[in-house]
Amino acid sequence: MGLDFDTAEPALVKILQSPAVRIGLSISIATGLYGVSFGALSVTSGLDFWQTMALSLLLFSGGSQFAFIGVVAGGGSGVAAMGAATLLGMRNGIYGMQINALLQPRGWRKFAAAQLTIDESTATSTGQTDPDEQKRGFWTAGIGVFVLWNLFTALGALAGGALGDPKQWGLDGAAVAAFLGLLWPRLKGREPVAIAVVCALATVLAVPFVPPGVPILVAAVVAAGIGWFSHGRSDEGLEPDVDPYAEDHVHHHHHDPARDSRGERTGDDA
Amino acid sequence: MNLWMWLLLSCLLAYAWKLLGYLVPASLLRNPRTSRIAGTMTIGLLASLTVVNAVASGQSLVLDARLGALAAAAIALWLRAPFLVVVIAGAVAAAGLRLLGWD
Repeated sequence: MGLDFDTAEPALVKILQSPAVRIGLSISIATGLYGVSFGALSVTSGLDFWQTMALSLLLFSGGSQFAFIGVVAGGGSGVAAMGAATLLGMRNGIYGMQINALLQPRGWRKFAAAQLTIDESTATSTGQTDPDEQKRGFWTAGIGVFVLWNLFTALGALAGGALGDPKQWGLDGAAVAAFLGLLWPRLKGREPVAIAVVCALATVLAVPFVPPGVPILVAAVVAAGIGWFSHGRSDEGLEPDVDPYAEDHVHHHHHDPARDSRGERTGDDA
Repeated sequence: MNLWMWLLLSCLLAYAWKLLGYLVPASLLRNPRTSRIAGTMTIGLLASLTVVNAVASGQSLVLDARLGALAAAAIALWLRAPFLVVVIAGAVAAAGLRLLGWD
C-alpha cells in the first residue's frame, strides 16, 4: 500500500490491510477462475446456458454443482442428479451452524449469509480468531466467490458451447480431474482414504446392476453407514476444498489450521 | 423441462441445507454423529463421482483415455498444483491419449 493512501482513504486502507479481506479476495480469484471449468463441463454434459447459470446462481456450491452435471453426463436421471447434489450439500448445513455461532447474523443478513455459506467462505472465516475479522473474511470470500464464480461460469458455458465434440478436447477427462481435485484435500490420514476406497469399490460393483447415477447414491449410503457406526474424528471430510491459510503454515503443512480453529471454537462454545 | 424441474428442486434443497444451519439450535453442531456423517458422506460421494466419471459408461465399465486423465490429475495434485491446473492436466491427458489412438 502506498503511503499517500493512509491520509486520503483511511477506511479503505484499513479494509485492505485486514488479513481476512486479503485472504478472502485471493480465494475469490482462485475459486472464481475455476468456474470456467464448471461452465464448460456443464454445457458439454447436456445442460443449456441458463440451466448452467441457474446452478451457479441458485445452487451455488461447487461440489454439488459438479455432482449434478456429473450424474447427467453419465446418463443418470434428473432425480439421481438431485440426490447426489443434495447429499453433497449436507456439509453446508454444518458450516451454516458454525457461521451462525460466530457471526450471529440478524434479519435479512441471515438469509444472505445462508446462500453464501460454502467451503471457501467458511474456511476464510473460521481461520480467523478476531470476531470482526471472522465477519470480514466470511462476507469478502462469500460475495467475492459468488460474483467471480458466476462470471466465469458464464464465460466457460459460452466457450464450452463453441468447442464442438467435448471428447476431442478431453473434457470428460477434465471432469474426472475435477472430482479428484475436490476429493484430494479431504484425504488427510488413513481413515478418509479407507472411506474413499470402500466407496469407490462399492460404486464399481454397483455400476453393472443399477441405472446410471444410482451407484453414486449407493456410495453415499455406504459412507453414511461408516459415519454412523464408526468412531473417528467428528470433522473428518469437512476440510474445505481449499486451505486459504496454507501459505501461513508452510513450515508445517501436515497441520490443518482450519480444522484446529474449528476445534478450538467448538470448545469455546461449550 | 423435466431436467429443469429437478434442477430447480436441487437449488431449493441446497439452500434449505444452508439455511437449516442458521435455524437449528447450535447444540446439534455438537452432535458428533451429525457432523461425522456429513463428513464421511462428502468423502464417499466425491470418491464415487471420481470413479463413475473415470470408468463408467452407462451400465458398463470401460478402460479408456479417462484413466490417463485420472493419473495425470493425481500427479498434478501430488505436485500441489492449483485446481485449475489439475483440471487442465486431466483434459490434456485425455485429449492427448485419444490423439495417440487410445480411446
